[in-house]
Amino acid sequence: MANIVIDRIRKSFGAFQALKEVSLTINDGEFVSLLGPSGCGKTTLLRIIAGLETSTSGDVRIGDRSIIGLAPKDRGLAMVFQNYAVFPHMTVYENVAFGLRMQKADEARVKAQVEKAAGLLHIEPYLDRYPNKLSGGQRQRVAVARALAVKPKVLLMDEPLSNLDALLRLEMRTELKTVLQSAGTTTIYVTHDQTEAMGLSDRIAVMHNGVVEQVGHPVEIYNHPATRFVGGFIGNPPMNFIKVPVSNGQVAAGEEQLAAPKDVGNEIVLGLRGEAVELAPLPQGLEMKVRVAEPMGSHLLLTGSIHDQPVRVILPASETVKSGDTIGLKLDSKRITWLSPESGRSIPAVSA
Amino acid sequence: MTQNRPWIPYLLILPSVAFLALLFVVPLVQTIWLALSDNGAPSLANAERMVTDINFTRSVRNTFLLTIVVVPVQIAIALAMGTMVSKVGRGRETILWIWTIPLGISDLAAGLVWLSILQNTGYFNSLLFSLGVIGRQASWLSYQTPIALFIAIAVAEIWRGTAIVMVIIVAGLNQVPKEFKEAAEIFGAGPWTRFWRITLPLIRPALQSALILRTVLAFEVFAVVYALGGRNFPVLVGEAYNWQNQNQNYSVAAVYAVLIMIISLAATLIYLKALKVDPERLP
Amino acid sequence: MSKETMSTIKASPASFASSRRWLLWSGIAALCAWVLVPIYLVALGALGGRQGVYIWPKTGLPTGISLEPFILFLTTEGVVQSFLNSLGAAGITVALSILLGAPAGYALARYDFRGKDSYRLLVLLTRAFPLAILALPLTVSFIRLGLYDTIIGVGLIHTVLALPFAALVTQGIFLGVPKELEEAAWVFGCTRVQAFFKVVAPLALPGIVATAVFAFVISWNEVFAASVLTVRNRTLTAYLLTVLSESPMHYRFAGGLMLILPSVVFIFAVRRYLFAIWGISSK
Repeated sequence: MANIVIDRIRKSFGAFQALKEVSLTINDGEFVSLLGPSGCGKTTLLRIIAGLETSTSGDVRIGDRSIIGLAPKDRGLAMVFQNYAVFPHMTVYENVAFGLRMQKADEARVKAQVEKAAGLLHIEPYLDRYPNKLSGGQRQRVAVARALAVKPKVLLMDEPLSNLDALLRLEMRTELKTVLQSAGTTTIYVTHDQTEAMGLSDRIAVMHNGVVEQVGHPVEIYNHPATRFVGGFIGNPPMNFIKVPVSNGQVAAGEEQLAAPKDVGNEIVLGLRGEAVELAPLPQGLEMKVRVAEPMGSHLLLTGSIHDQPVRVILPASETVKSGDTIGLKLDSKRITWLSPESGRSIPAVSA
Repeated sequence: MTQNRPWIPYLLILPSVAFLALLFVVPLVQTIWLALSDNGAPSLANAERMVTDINFTRSVRNTFLLTIVVVPVQIAIALAMGTMVSKVGRGRETILWIWTIPLGISDLAAGLVWLSILQNTGYFNSLLFSLGVIGRQASWLSYQTPIALFIAIAVAEIWRGTAIVMVIIVAGLNQVPKEFKEAAEIFGAGPWTRFWRITLPLIRPALQSALILRTVLAFEVFAVVYALGGRNFPVLVGEAYNWQNQNQNYSVAAVYAVLIMIISLAATLIYLKALKVDPERLP
Repeated sequence: MSKETMSTIKASPASFASSRRWLLWSGIAALCAWVLVPIYLVALGALGGRQGVYIWPKTGLPTGISLEPFILFLTTEGVVQSFLNSLGAAGITVALSILLGAPAGYALARYDFRGKDSYRLLVLLTRAFPLAILALPLTVSFIRLGLYDTIIGVGLIHTVLALPFAALVTQGIFLGVPKELEEAAWVFGCTRVQAFFKVVAPLALPGIVATAVFAFVISWNEVFAASVLTVRNRTLTAYLLTVLSESPMHYRFAGGLMLILPSVVFIFAVRRYLFAIWGISSK
């Protein structure tokens, strides 16, 4: 059992608090991404788990054993680094075998496991070469193979795809998913790229300013962000936030009345995914002034304003809306997120 | 992990700190005490003896003159070398290697090299003779020709000491991104303007450390002088050597040492102030 | 007609560019000659023997030379011994400055610790001092400790010269080994010490060897401290300095050549590191 419990971890660098009481539980065999903008503390948290950084307070347990205070080598984990950290003075074979050699595994086992890992990542042809003869993508494969060869209980990955070009990144992402699914290793994956996190993860922990803002399944996080930050960080275009008046517990969207959550003041923030709308005639729909219309081929992207607040919405490519038009929108009431204008946190909707 | 054992870095620097304390700081203090005391009491007697020595004024003047002439010429040649080599593609490595050869040559050897050229039956006289400039062997290195001797020593110092300046400046030039110069060129700056307005300000840190290093070394000039002119051309370190070895007077030698240190430190401070390097204005 | 105008238009910038090219290469050639010709001439002097010195006027061509005078010089009493002494002192300098300097360089490169800036200041401060002068007060202490007139004593003072350099340069070399490689080694089962020897040391080795060569050259070329601290166990530089005034010219040239040769070979061996090292150490 290699579940990971991160228990109230704090980390400060002088006066700066990089992590403010972060707690997170990762189940055995689960793939969890730590997602957030740079400086949010995700890499610091990963390095604390790896033992490359000390925490100011708090505990980390792997399989119910506290690992705080252990040297990295005694934590039973493997890591893939952002710049691959493939040893330049060793052949690919020696690189992949490195962890096994350090465990003093016998030569037959080393060979078997190196070949298996090399096979999984398709690097058998390069085993005798030195890393400086390899491309970035190939080095990345070596780094992943080196990590998998030791059959770690826990695999840590620090932005492993960020140094690859866009096309290669897509390819490696798919491949990583295949390889890791079959390995079944508990994995923590740090990234700032939401598409990577969405595509790979069982669950995502969105981090911001040293705090975990929300943990959940990718779809849940996308559709029901817990905070304004999560909604704005995830999705392209980001979620729209429109401040609207509440009267008698209702919010008017054109002629339609939406039920606002209970016990709110006379204003509320309506969180709306750009694609959770369809065209409706005025005055029945909610009025939107279109400033720019951009046909993207697969869809039509409209930038403009609702209630004088900037919004971006997506319509099917077949609609004919031009820059400067005023249109009506019908909102998909199931996909609306209500947020408090003061705290920016989501407020549960009234169940219909 | 890093903070778990905060004593590790101290353990690593300890041997070198101990060594430098014993063989740098202690002798430094000893020198100062030896210079400024007489029979165990503070005194300026040694300093007086130094100042009243007939060679003192000459050695101060000679050392300063040499520094003032040699250092700027070295910087100028090094800048020329750096600029030239930056325009070369193939052969760059070889050229740089040739230019750095003097880096491995001691000042004594440099003095001997130029002695072979400038002695009475040497190559310089032979050249002048065959060109018909002189009719018979001329003497350049005697006490009767102080200006020629000075020039000879300066030439030998420039020959030997330019390499280190060149290496520092080329290392500095290598760090200046090509785009800056290209941008200046596109906006219409000629090569001369580019050099003065773009390159020179950007290699200021390299220039500063080259100046400090070369100036301190120039005040230490000794063996090259000794090899070319013997005692005909007194310089500060040479006088310290003579007081120590010939006269066996360690105290006056120590006063010379303190004087050289004061001059070197003052020069360093002047360079640091005059060429202030503002980290925000560097790429 | 139109063809003609075309060709003139084309020709003038091309000839302008080629004349600049010509100027550049003649400048480079002149500076190469400026470095190389004096070395060639001292070699002629060293291999020309007693008669060679008095040939007048000299042609500068390699006539009448043989290895015999140089071998004769080598077999002069004291030469071989002082050569070995120089090797010994340089060996001690290399060993001590790397053993003491490299750990300090590693600490500077990898750790943030209180006192790091003070340590760097101490190291940089040594550069503003004419260090060889410290040999003067050390004479007294060395006599007391039995280190006076020994190779160990000379090696110690030369280490004061080379150690700050070694600490700064190795800092840069260790910074050049990405920290992630070391961290990867820790994660994959190495202790700190294992990670250093399995990953950091092999990658830093060429740079450390280059640093060692520099330490060697620093010691090999040092004249002043070696002359002050020895009487009978002279290093080659100290030996040449003391016998200079009594030696015939061709002996002096042979000595100069002998000082130059090893340095030139060493500079050639580390030429690839020269600029990286000075880029680092002049920061």
